[in-house]
Formats: sequence, structure tokens, C-alpha cells
Amino acid sequence: MREFGYLRPTDPVEAVRLLVGSPEARYLAGGTNLVDLMKLGVERPRLLVDVSRLPLGDVTPTDGGGLRIGALVTNADLAADPRVRAAYPVLSQALLAGASGQLRNRATTAGNLLQRTRCLYFQDTAKPCNKRSPGTGCPAREGVHRDLAVLGASEQCIATHPSDLAVALAALDAVVELLGPDGPRTLPVTDLHRLPGDRPHEEHRLLPGELITAVAVPPPVPETLSAYRKVRDRASYAFALASAAGILAVRAGRVTHLALVLGGLAPKPWRARAAEQRLIGAPADEASFTAAVEAELAAARPLRDNAYKVPLARNLAVRLLCDLAAKGQAR
Amino acid sequence: MISTTETAVTLEVNGTSRELRLDNRRTLLDALREQLELTGTKKGCDHGQCGACTVLLDGRRVNSCLVLAVTADGSTVTTVEGLAADGTLHPVQQAFLDHDAFQCGFCTPGQLCSAVGLLAEAEAAGEALDEPTVRERMSGNICRCGAYPHIVRAVVEVAS
Amino acid sequence: MSGHGRLEGREKVTGAARYSDDRRPAGCLHACPVPATVARGAITSIDTSEALADPRVVAVLTHLDAPRLAEADDPTLAVLQSARVSYRGQCVALAVAETLEAAEQAATVVRVTYEAEPHDVVLVEDHPGIYAPDLANGGHPADRVRGDFDAAWAAAEVRIDATYRIPPLHNHPMEPHAATAWWEDGRLTAYDSSQGTGEVQKTLAALFRLEHTQVLAVSEHVGGGFGCKGTPRPHVVLAAMAARAVGRPVRLALPRAQLAATVGHRAPTVQRVRLAARSDGRIQGLAQEILTRSSTVKEFVEQAAVPARVMYRSPASRTTHRVVRQDVPTPSWMRAPGETPGMFALESAMDELALACGLDPMELRLRNEPDTEPDSGRPFSSRHLTECLREGARRFGWQRRGPAGRPEGRLLVGTGVAASTYPVLIGSAAAEVRAEADGTFVVRVNATDIGTGARTVLAVIAAEVLAVPVDRIRPEIGRSDLPRGGVAGGSSGTSSWGWAVHAATSGLARRLAEGVRVPPEGLSVCVDTRELVAQGTEFARHAFGAQFAEVQVDRDTGEVRLRRLLGVFAAGRILNPRTARSQLLGGMVMGASMALLEESTMDPAFGDHAERDLASYHVAVNADVPDVQAYWIEEEDRHVSPMGSKGIGEIGIVGTAAAVANAVHHATGVRVRDLPIGARALLGRFSGP
Repeated sequence: MREFGYLRPTDPVEAVRLLVGSPEARYLAGGTNLVDLMKLGVERPRLLVDVSRLPLGDVTPTDGGGLRIGALVTNADLAADPRVRAAYPVLSQALLAGASGQLRNRATTAGNLLQRTRCLYFQDTAKPCNKRSPGTGCPAREGVHRDLAVLGASEQCIATHPSDLAVALAALDAVVELLGPDGPRTLPVTDLHRLPGDRPHEEHRLLPGELITAVAVPPPVPETLSAYRKVRDRASYAFALASAAGILAVRAGRVTHLALVLGGLAPKPWRARAAEQRLIGAPADEASFTAAVEAELAAARPLRDNAYKVPLARNLAVRLLCDLAAKGQAR
Repeated sequence: MISTTETAVTLEVNGTSRELRLDNRRTLLDALREQLELTGTKKGCDHGQCGACTVLLDGRRVNSCLVLAVTADGSTVTTVEGLAADGTLHPVQQAFLDHDAFQCGFCTPGQLCSAVGLLAEAEAAGEALDEPTVRERMSGNICRCGAYPHIVRAVVEVAS
Repeated sequence: MSGHGRLEGREKVTGAARYSDDRRPAGCLHACPVPATVARGAITSIDTSEALADPRVVAVLTHLDAPRLAEADDPTLAVLQSARVSYRGQCVALAVAETLEAAEQAATVVRVTYEAEPHDVVLVEDHPGIYAPDLANGGHPADRVRGDFDAAWAAAEVRIDATYRIPPLHNHPMEPHAATAWWEDGRLTAYDSSQGTGEVQKTLAALFRLEHTQVLAVSEHVGGGFGCKGTPRPHVVLAAMAARAVGRPVRLALPRAQLAATVGHRAPTVQRVRLAARSDGRIQGLAQEILTRSSTVKEFVEQAAVPARVMYRSPASRTTHRVVRQDVPTPSWMRAPGETPGMFALESAMDELALACGLDPMELRLRNEPDTEPDSGRPFSSRHLTECLREGARRFGWQRRGPAGRPEGRLLVGTGVAASTYPVLIGSAAAEVRAEADGTFVVRVNATDIGTGARTVLAVIAAEVLAVPVDRIRPEIGRSDLPRGGVAGGSSGTSSWGWAVHAATSGLARRLAEGVRVPPEGLSVCVDTRELVAQGTEFARHAFGAQFAEVQVDRDTGEVRLRRLLGVFAAGRILNPRTARSQLLGGMVMGASMALLEESTMDPAFGDHAERDLASYHVAVNADVPDVQAYWIEEEDRHVSPMGSKGIGEIGIVGTAAAVANAVHHATGVRVRDLPIGARALLGRFSGP
């Protein structure tokens, strides 16, 4: 790890000012990803701006009946929050499906959204990687890619986004609140991450120096049920091979509301807009779920060793929706 | 504000206040092991992937390998060396002995701190800990000797 | 829990137990290796200037200036001796600094340039370099032929011909290899995480041209090994070398990511098994043909066909090993080398044969029990596989098993069985037992406790002979200046060290019984079992066991989860039930991990094992192993050692992977022959909802 300076500002505006004024500076919150990447030499900041003690650690109700989640709320605290557990099961489930108890105690809401891919080539500085070192190439396409993306990838990069939380927040239509040198602004979670295209090193739409201060979750859509399901090699403590977040409302056997997001398949949480559009007003049964999810996955471009992800994602999403529909009917 | 590559911090470790001058790069794990010579906390992977370095930071279990020590200024830290009080083992330590919940012992300090943290988490949430829950919540602590069945029994025994 | 608690238990639960990276000699420096970034080639230049620009960096050793070593018996230890690079990850320089952070950073800025050569790292079954070695690991002949297999095959009523593949697997003990070394008056001291300090002492003495007595190697507590600490590894040589070069103590703890390349691994195997049987299941011909690989540095041949020479009656048998040397890291021992991969294939094939014959898989095994060891014709000293199978079936509820698994909602549930075997290996050792004037006894033998409970079981052996409580015994182990003892490997520790302890303690007990008074300085008896052990045996000596597994498979996702694992073992007398149970359970957990999770991929473009951390190389976590039980049957065996014990460190892992694979087949109808079995292997291969 290269040597670096360390500053601990006391308010967000000062934090932004420090970051903007220092080349090669990074915000540090829980550190569960950044410190790891610094040890690997992937991140080499000259200055860490420690934002972990800024007053951004509360979950508060919004005027509209939703929740504002402070950027520094830990994954553990958020998962345990009674309001989250009651109104947003998909969020609580996604958080508890991620990492370990220890990591959830440190990892923050904002940091989780901005965590970097676990692609083995990205993490190995002795190998090429377009995301880490633009223009050097992507050995993953020919190499070890069984955990990598089947949707939204490009010739230059097939990394997946590893977050479980982001998948749930994308389904909830959450909005990221930002503070930048020019003041605050907001960005839907679904627009936070970019697809790689030919610029895989540009992963998100934050402007230089912008700090995530909160994530606002709108009030739950009435009559919806939600759930998150994750498939991984181990029974716990592993990144997703595929995951799905679903929020579903059914009335008289037909879908009246649907948010479906796939995780572990793409460089960002994959909001299944095509499937959602097909299903609104459609029968809430396995056949129509299957047709819709397959239509969504028609965009998949699997490689030699990750083709299993396509049927996996299909089965997972269909089962999630069937279970939600059945649960709704029983209610 | 001016930044330098070293910082002075104060930590309360196992009930004792310690003042340290730290390389900013130093993790809490290395501060404990190298500067405070508390070598009970172990480095198994150094990347938050095994749990051997688990300590209680302000009462919560964390991977000390991913905590830069400078960020813990003013915090309290409990390591495996601080679990026993006045020579009496913590109930989790005793349960690990009673159930032979370890073999090589290298992951054990992390398992113990993790279990203590887990018990506190469950108590705070008013949750009962059954075997499946303990298995899930202790999955951040890898034991290559495979002592898991005995670890679970030890933790559940203390929980009940 | 019956049996004796670990003598070092309190130290381990309080953090007081010192491992090799926990020593803090005054003035100690930190060392960090620089791994090669080509798989084959030569170093053309090394620029250390940036690394040395940090005043905290004391030295950067390279092949140009590192101390010259004498020729090593183990060529993987010839570190920093030439410009040649034989595998990616090989140490090409060593940064030595005042602080850990400075050493690690320095290692990242040593600029090494290479003349890279094309590398050969992909194991293919028609590789032109495949050859027949003389011996496989363990000194076994590579090929054994008995009877006419081809004729048996041609005449068979039922034939199974299946090929099984196991990827490279990594030991990954929780304690990465670490050494702390220093020199004083020409004498070298090395605290090393090793399974045997005798070998470390011998090797360091040879490499640095010293007398044995000039080297002290210590392994007081070792954080697991599972074979990869069974021989001295490069880290201890590097630490000793650096300490000599800079004249100060040096600590070197390998980063986890460097283990995959430098400390050995289970070699990949491709195993073709053919079973020629009568329709009643009786085997007439058995062939197991192994293809494996080693590095260009050293020949290591995983002896996967060896257990087939022990297991089943068959008039004809052909067991062979072939190997190819490639530009890869050198494989080595991993828990039950040979038996573990070999029995996965053989016991999977037995399950396939049972199905083909319409027999219960347990019944098939009972029908093929041999009277004598099949290949050698020697009588077994004891063999109670049948009893293990029957006892296991009773405890597991095997009789309730139907011909196919059962659905449970969206899950498919199935059960499977497999047999296990592991040889009784015994090496000679020396022990001193001393009666102290205060009524306690000191047992001194260079044993190593890598988590097995060796310390405790040696005390139990001595206490039993002396008929005193275990807490009166104080074992001293883990130092090369103790009476010699071999490596903690091959499940041989208790038999080997224990025999010496038993003999010495018996001698002491006799003297005490004769009325000899204990003088103030103590009364000591030393015994070396060299001659006793050299007498050998006319018996075939093996432990046996049977494992039963229950799994669930998610129809939608192909996720496989273990539900139950139950093993029953016949491993001679169990000397300390408490630690023995933990050993057996631990082996079974590792076997389940191998079956379902563990997979290392050789990156064809770069020539390294791609998964080098514990986030990508998956070993079982707590949630993966819900219910694991280990039992044993009382087995008297007077032909193994005075204690009547066989080894138990390895047999737990042996049959587990096959039992799990067989259970997956029972649940789904899908035979997975390539490990690991997971969603990727199963998805789309069985009928859906």
C-alpha cells in the first residue's frame, strides 16, 4: 500500500471541499472495499478523506411516507431497522444475504452502492484490465469468467456489480442524494451505475468530488409484496451467481405493479424493464412470468463458462415471482 | 487541514487506554499485533474473507484487517485477550473448551469475538438463537479444521 | 463429551498460544516476497531503486545477491538462486524492511523484467509429454497389474466405464505459512509453521551448510496444515536467508494470495475407472487409470489409483499413473493424497455399478469384500468395513431409502453412501519420559500438534501406562532439539510418536515398579523405536470407514446443500474420543467442501491458479455443514502398535465427496463426475418441475 495522508472533516461540505482540492483523494467510510483494494494496489490514493464520522448515520422518515437512509447507516443497522423489516422486506433480505456479520457491521449504505467488481482480473494488478487500466485489454473474456456478466457487458469489460443492496434499492425506485461542489442533487439508483461500453473505468454517474449523503426510499406501493433471493456457491458469505429482487402486486389474478431487478448478472443492478412492461396487466401465473423473464433475458450474451447464468436467472426470477404471487393470494 | 502519513491516536484496548503513533496505512489488526503485541488476534487472509482477525470495536464485531487504525481513534477495542475477566473465562471461551470447538486454534480468537458480538446483537434485537441462525451468523468465520458443529453447539449453549 | 480436553485449550481460547508469526525478537525485520509475473522465462533485470528509496527498507534480496544455498533435495526450496522462472508466483525477490507496511509496499515496486517464454499449463488428455513415472507419491509403484483385465472386461456381463475429474485443490490452512528466523554465533533459530520441525532443521542445515545441532526449528502451535506444511516451504528458507543477509531477525508471513503457488496443492486428476462385473455385482476386473500433472521443478505423482489396490475383491486389476510436467506450481500433499481423489472416483463408480446391477450400493460393497488385500494377497491386520457400513446404515436410517430420492416442495432430496480407507503409516521416533521428584512426568518427543490434539493424546498414552491422571503429564513437543519424531502427516503421528512414548513410559514404569527412587533431578528413560518399527509386518494395515450423506437440490437453481453427513470408522483403538471425534468430523467437513465448493482454475493465459483468495476459492463455511456426525466401532488390532491405534487424521475426508456425489445422483438422477458439484454442474441437467 502506498503512503497516504489522512483527514477527518467534520461536515459534509468540508469533506467535499477537501476531496475536490486534492488530486488522488478518496472518501473513506466503512473501508470494507476500499481498504481491501488499497491492499491489492488497485486503489492508490494519496489522501483519504474519512467521512465515517459525518452526521449521516440516521434512518429518518420522509415527508412522503418513505425513509431517508443516511449514507453511513451500516448494512447491519439498516437490516435490523424495524421500519425496514416491516415495510421493505426486500431490502432487509438483500442486506442479510450479503457478506458476513462482521462486514455488515462496518459496510455503509453508500459504500455498498459504490463497491467495485470482484472480477479476478480487476483485482490482480499484474494482469491487464480495461476497468483498472484503460486500454490494456480484458483477459476475462477468454479466461476465467464463470462468475461474470451475461447482460450489459461489452467487448471491453464483462465485470459484474457485486452489491446485493443495490439490487433491492433499484427495485424500490430509491433515489441517491448527493452533495457536490456545486451543491446537492439527486439521482435514481437505477441511473447511478453506467454500463461499461468502451469506457469500463467509468462506473457511475457521480461528478468529481460528489459525496453520497443519503438514499431516499419512496413509501411502499400499496398491496405489494417484496422479496430478495440470492443464489451462491456457499450457503452463506459468497457473492451472488445470480440474485433477484421482486416487488409485486396482483389484483384479480393480474399483475398491477411489478419491479424486478436481477443481480450478479450485469455491470449494474439489472432492472428488468422489458419483463415489467410485459407483465403489467398480464396474468400473474408461471407461464406469463416465464415468457416475460425470457424476453428480458433475450438480451443475454453468455460466454463459454457463464451460460448457466441465463437459465439460472430465469428460474430464479420466475420462482420468486410465483412465490410472491402465491403469497399475495394467500393473504 | 494538513495531512501527514502518520497520525497519533488513542485507543482503549481491553480496558486500557493506549496512545499510538501510527503509519496511516496500519490496520487495526497490525496495530494490535505489531505495536501493542496483542498477538492473539490472527491474520488469516488480510482481506476480510476469513474472520480470524475479528475483534469487538465499540462493542461490535468487525474484521480488524479492514479497519485502518487511524480511523478508530477514540474507540474501544476488545480482543480475545480481553474476554476473560480476572482469570475467569468468558462463558463463550468456556463453552469452546467444553465442546472441543476448535482444533488448530488459529481461527479461534476470531470465532470467540464473533460469537460474543453475535450474542450481543441477538440480545439487542430480542432474538433467540437457534442452530440454523448461529450457523448463518457465524459464517464469516472460516474454520478449515471443520470444527463448525462444535462451534455451533458452544454458541447455542451460551445463548440459551 | 468423553475423553480429555486439549492440554493447550486454555491458551488457545485466551489468545496466549503463540504461533510462528507471534514471536517478537528484538530488532526483528519484516520480509515480503515478490512473485514472478510470468509462468516461464528468465529474469533479465531487477530494479530495486524505488523500493530502496524508502529509508525503512533495509534490503531487497534477488538472485544476484542472495546468499548461495547448497543444492536442495527439494528443488522448490532453491529460492533466489537463479534467473530462471519456472512458474508464475515463484519468488523472484524479497523485500526486507523495518515495518510490515514498508516491506509490503517495497515488494510492489521492485521492477522485474523477464524474457518470457511460451508456457504450457493446460492439462489435456493427449498431451505429448505424458509419461509413466516409476513411483507415485508414497513410494508406490506407478503401475500394478494383476490378472488379465482386458479378458475380464471382454467377458463382463456389466461394464462401467467412467471418467472423473478433480480440479486442483488448495489446503488453505487458516494460518498462512510463517517463519521467524535469526542467527546467533553461527547458529540458526527458526520458528516455523511446520508439520515437522525435524525436517525443517535437517533441510535448513543442508541448505546453509550447517551441522544439525546448529539449527533449532520450533513449531509450538501450528494453525493447520493438512499436508501443505508437511515439508519445509520456501518461506522459512527466505526468512533464514534474509536474517543472515541483514544480520537481524526476520519475520515472513506469506500473504494468503501467495499460498496457491508456493506451498503445494492437490494436483488435478483425470481418472478413468472401469469395472467389469457379473450381473450379481461381483467384480471380475477393475481398472483405474490416473492422469495427473506436476511442475517442471519436481516430480510429484498423486497416487490416486492406490486405494483401488486395497478395496475390493477382483480377479483382475490394473492400476496406473501417468503424469505430465508443466509450467505450473508444484503440487504436493493435501489431506489423504491418493486416497481422497482416488476414492472419489472409485466409490462413484461403485455407485454406478450398483445401479447398473440393480443392487443397493451398500450390498454391492458387501459382496465385493476381499478376504485378503487384493493386490498383495497379504492378510489384513483388521478390516471392519462391513461393520462400518452396517452400523452407519443403522444410525443413518439407510433402510428407509427408496430407489430414487424424494421431492420436498421445490427441493429434491437424496442419500448416498461411500466407503473410505486409509493406510496405517508408522515411522520410528525417539522419546524421553522423565519422572520428576514432585510426582509429575515430562514426556519429550519432537511431535507437532497442528490441531490434531497430539499433545493431549501423547499425555493420555503416558498416563495410561503409568496409571496416573493425565494432568500429571507434561508433554514437550514441537522443537527439533527434542528426541527425534517424524512429521505430523499421513495420519502417522500418534502411532509413531506414541509408540516411542509408550515404550519409554513402559520402561520408566518398570523401573519405578522395581522400586527405583526418583532422584531430585528426575528419573529418565529414553527409547528409540527404530528397530521395533523396522521389523515391519506381514499384515496389510489399513483403517476403513463408511460415510453416508443426505443432500437437497433446488430444482430451480441447482443449488446443492448438504443436510446430513454421518461417518462410521474402524480405526483401531481410539485413544482420546474427544479429539478423535473432532478430527473425524473435520475431515468430513473438508470432504463435503471438496464435493460441493472447492475449485481452482489454472488460467491458461497467465499460468496461475486464478482463485487465490478465500473469497474466490470457496471452502465450506459454518452454514454449509448443518449436521455432521462421526462414530467408530470398537476395533482391536494387535498388529499395528502397542496402543492398537490406527491414524484418524485423514480417513474422515476420504469417502465423503463420493457419498455426497452419490446422494446428488440419488436426488436428481444426474451423475456428476467432475467436481465440484454445484448449480453450475447441475442446472439444466435434470428434469424440471
